[in-house]
This record gives sequence, C-alpha cells and structure tokens, in this order.
Amino acid sequence: MVRDITLGQYMPGKSVIHRMDARAKIILLLMLLVFIFVCRNFISLATISLFSLIIILMTGISLVKYLKSLKFILVIIIFTGILNLFYGSGDIIWQWQFLKITWGGVNNAIFTIIRISVMMMIGSVLTYTTSPTDLTDGLERIMKPLGLLHVRVHEIAMMMTIALRFIPVLLEETDKIMNAQKARGADMENGNIFRRVKALVPVLIPLLISAFRRAGDLAMAMECRCYNGGKGRTRMKIMSLSIIDIFAVIVSFLIFGAVIYSNLVYPAVI
Amino acid sequence: MEDFIRVENVCFQYDENEESNSYALNNINLSIARGEFVAIVGHNGSGKSTLSKHFNSIYLPTLGDVIIDGMNTKEDDHIFEIRKKVGLVLQNPDNQIVAGVVEEDVAFGCENLGFPPEEIRKRVDDALRAVGMYEYRTHSPDKLSGGQKQRVAIAGIIAMKPECIVLDEPTAMLDPQGRDEVINTVIQLNKEMGITIILITHYMEEAVLADRVIVMDSGGILTDGTPCEVFSKVELLKKHRLNVPQATELIYRLKSCGYDLPECVLNEEECVQAIAALIKG
Repeated sequence: MVRDITLGQYMPGKSVIHRMDARAKIILLLMLLVFIFVCRNFISLATISLFSLIIILMTGISLVKYLKSLKFILVIIIFTGILNLFYGSGDIIWQWQFLKITWGGVNNAIFTIIRISVMMMIGSVLTYTTSPTDLTDGLERIMKPLGLLHVRVHEIAMMMTIALRFIPVLLEETDKIMNAQKARGADMENGNIFRRVKALVPVLIPLLISAFRRAGDLAMAMECRCYNGGKGRTRMKIMSLSIIDIFAVIVSFLIFGAVIYSNLVYPAVI
Repeated sequence: MEDFIRVENVCFQYDENEESNSYALNNINLSIARGEFVAIVGHNGSGKSTLSKHFNSIYLPTLGDVIIDGMNTKEDDHIFEIRKKVGLVLQNPDNQIVAGVVEEDVAFGCENLGFPPEEIRKRVDDALRAVGMYEYRTHSPDKLSGGQKQRVAIAGIIAMKPECIVLDEPTAMLDPQGRDEVINTVIQLNKEMGITIILITHYMEEAVLADRVIVMDSGGILTDGTPCEVFSKVELLKKHRLNVPQATELIYRLKSCGYDLPECVLNEEECVQAIAALIKG
C-alpha cells in the first residue's frame, strides 16, 4: 500500500520537451512561472496561458494527467477564488451587509484561478518530463556558481540523489515494519487521532534505527569507492545544449517579450 | 608467487579505550597471492567481517600491519590507491547503491576518481557486461531482484578496475537463484579477468568452490588450506560448531565406519560417484 506512492511522477517519453536539457528546462519553466505573475491584463495572461497549453500538449502526456495534478490544490484554488471575489473595487454586483461582490472582484478571482492552475500545470511539466536524476543533476549544475558564495552545492545535490534513491527503500521498509507490528497485535487503523499517532511510534522507532544503520553502510560503501566529496570529481554524462534548447530559449523570450509589451500597451486590470 | 596482501600480527579492538583485552582480531598472520580465490568462513562473531574491512583501510589494525601490494593501509597517502586496488562489496545490496539509475551507480566510483567522461562510459559498459547486467543499465535499482542488485554493486567495483575484490557475505540476503548468479559472476571474474577474490561467507557450499579456504574462530585463524585439506578436518570443524558440506560429512561418516572411500569429496556429484564406485566394488 505505502509502496504505491511514486515520487516525482516522472513519465518516460520521447517528446521534444523530454529531450530538452534539464538546465534549460528548469530555468525556462521557472521564468515562465514568474511571468505568469507579471501579467497585468487578460491579453498577456491569455498569451502566457496559450503558450503553456502548447508546451503541455507538446509533452505528449494526456491532458487528464495534468488536470489530475490540479486535484490536489483544488481546495486552494476555490478558496483563493472566493476570497478574491470579495476583494476589489468597481461596480457592485451583489451585496449582503459588509460582503460585496464587484466587477473588479470577479476579475481578480478569474485571474487568480487561471494563474494558479497554469502555474501548477507548468510545475507538473517539469516533474513529468524530467527524471529525478536529471533534475538533481540539472540543479547541481545550475547552482554551481553559488559555490563561490561557499554554498556546498555538490553536497546538497548528493543529499538529494541519496534521498531520492532511498525513498522507495524506506517505504518498503515501513510497510514491512507495519506488517510485523500488526502481526504482533498492534492496532493502527482504529481509535481517535491520538491513539493512531501513538500507534505509529513502534513503527517509526525501528524505521529510524534501520535508516541510521543503512546510512552507516552506505557511507562505508561510498568510501570503498573512493568518495571524497566533490573535489576532483568528474561526471559520466555531459550535459550539452542542443538546437532544441536554443530554439526553446528564443521562443520563450519572444513570448516573455510579448507579455511585457501587452502589459505596457493595454490597461492593467489587476 | 609474490604476496599481494600481507597481514602481519594484526590485532583489532573496536573500542581502543576499553580496558579489557577483548580483541575482535587476535594476532592474524596471512598472505594472499595475486589471482587467488580465497574463501573465509566462520560463524558470527568470528572476526571474518572485521578482517575483510582491513583489506582496504576501512578499519586500521590496532596492532600490526596490513600491506596491500607494498602499501601499508595505515598511511593516509595511499588510501585511495589502496581502495582502487581492493574493492569491497557488502552484504546488503540496497545499502550500497548510491544512485537512482543502474549505470549512474556503476559510474560513481570512476566519477570519484576523476576520469574523463568517455573513459567512464567505456568502463561502465564493460563492467555491466562483465556481470551480465548491461540490458538493465537504464533501470532503477528498486525494480531489480536481490541477485541483480548485488551484481550491480559488483559492477560498481569492477568499473574501478581493481586487482582484488573482497565480498563480505554477498549472498547472505539472497534467494538461492540470486546466490548462484552472484557466485557464478565472482568465479568468472576470478578465472577470466584474473581478479583476486576474497569471499567471506558462511555457506560451506560456496567455500568449496574456492582455491583456498581460511576458517576463522573467535578472532583467530583456525585452519587454512585447500578445500580438501580444510574439510577433511571434520572433527576440528565440528568442535568449533562449524558445518562441513553434507557430501563431505556423509563420506567422512562412512569412512569412520570402515568403508574404503576417497579422501577428498566436496560436492554431491563426487559423493555419488564415490559411493557408486564402492558399491560396484
């Protein structure tokens, strides 16, 4: 049961987006997220949403998967939408005591809902089309300049790699320990929240101890393979920017330019 | 033949501040030649695992010296040179795989040594072929069986082109099929690539396959010799609560009842033949 959780939700594929360099993908998608919030009117918002939709369709992953990713934040979307409805100025549409809905509020609500939904789906594009290894590799290389500020980039990336590697191992272990405790009569499904939290203690303690033991073993195995931190280390896979990436950068910057242009030319509504 | 590994008067204590004289290893003297296939057996707490970690300076002897190809494991300057020569494979395959993709994990050691990318690529491919895991190179280790994971761990060591591989109970957590996979790989590495193998195990059936068997008991070496020599000392091994292969024991008992059977019987096939020959008269 616990084993069914997959982290990162990478979906292998051969699309152009899949084949993009992880670094370019991370940076461009992050910029795209920023530009969603730069939009001040519906024309710029429509531009960026349409661009996002095209990217989503290009990944070759069914739209249903993306809509499912929205399910997790549905509550947040509805909540912020309703909240925005009541904040705003302009002609009043409906009023009840101190609560009032205005045209400005409706604008705000629609804007926010679109922003959050597009943002979430763009985030999913990154995790759906980039394998966890590529993701950590890409991040390591992007963050490399931070090394000048004494940020231990290699160590951070190593921790991410190991964490990703051991999540399934520890999940499986949790499953085993839970079964072992159940076999001894532990009751984990009944009782109120406090009882159930308390019932988890006999699962977490063995899990923690085993995690430490694994860490000791892993450290030894890494030492055996001459691990000495990031110094003098090379990588097998070289990341190189291809024509796809350069094309993606150009297109993205054209879109970003268009967003800024329409922000300047057309009146802001938010 | 020149000694590749020399262990001289080694004693080892886990906690050096401890007053008592409880040594995990007690005055061990040992030399292993290049290309040998040595099995070290003994039951839990006999010190076999502790000894195995002395071969690539994970542990340093409290007293005495371990010399690898002329280099003392106590000297810090040689530490990476030694670890490059002597690779260690641990018992639990899950705990020694670092990366989330098979080939990335195999590359880990070479990346640490700072080889250029093309060289690493070649070594990784060769190592994966040598253990028969090449088709799985882009898989995630979680999806592999225990025997396959252990072979990936071995490939990770082979990619560093070591002269010796120490395997610390590599089959203890595997099912019989996985055990065969790993042992066959190990034998192949020894025979075809000439890599010195030190196999720590408590399965006597595996020890029989080696050129030389060392039996350890409470921190010391009990006996050392060819499988034939060692397993013919049935009384000695029994006294120290160690098993001998079933076939060997059967022949031993028949012999002690006065039947005329050969000295050296290590596996079932030899046993069957020996008994058949006896019956035919």
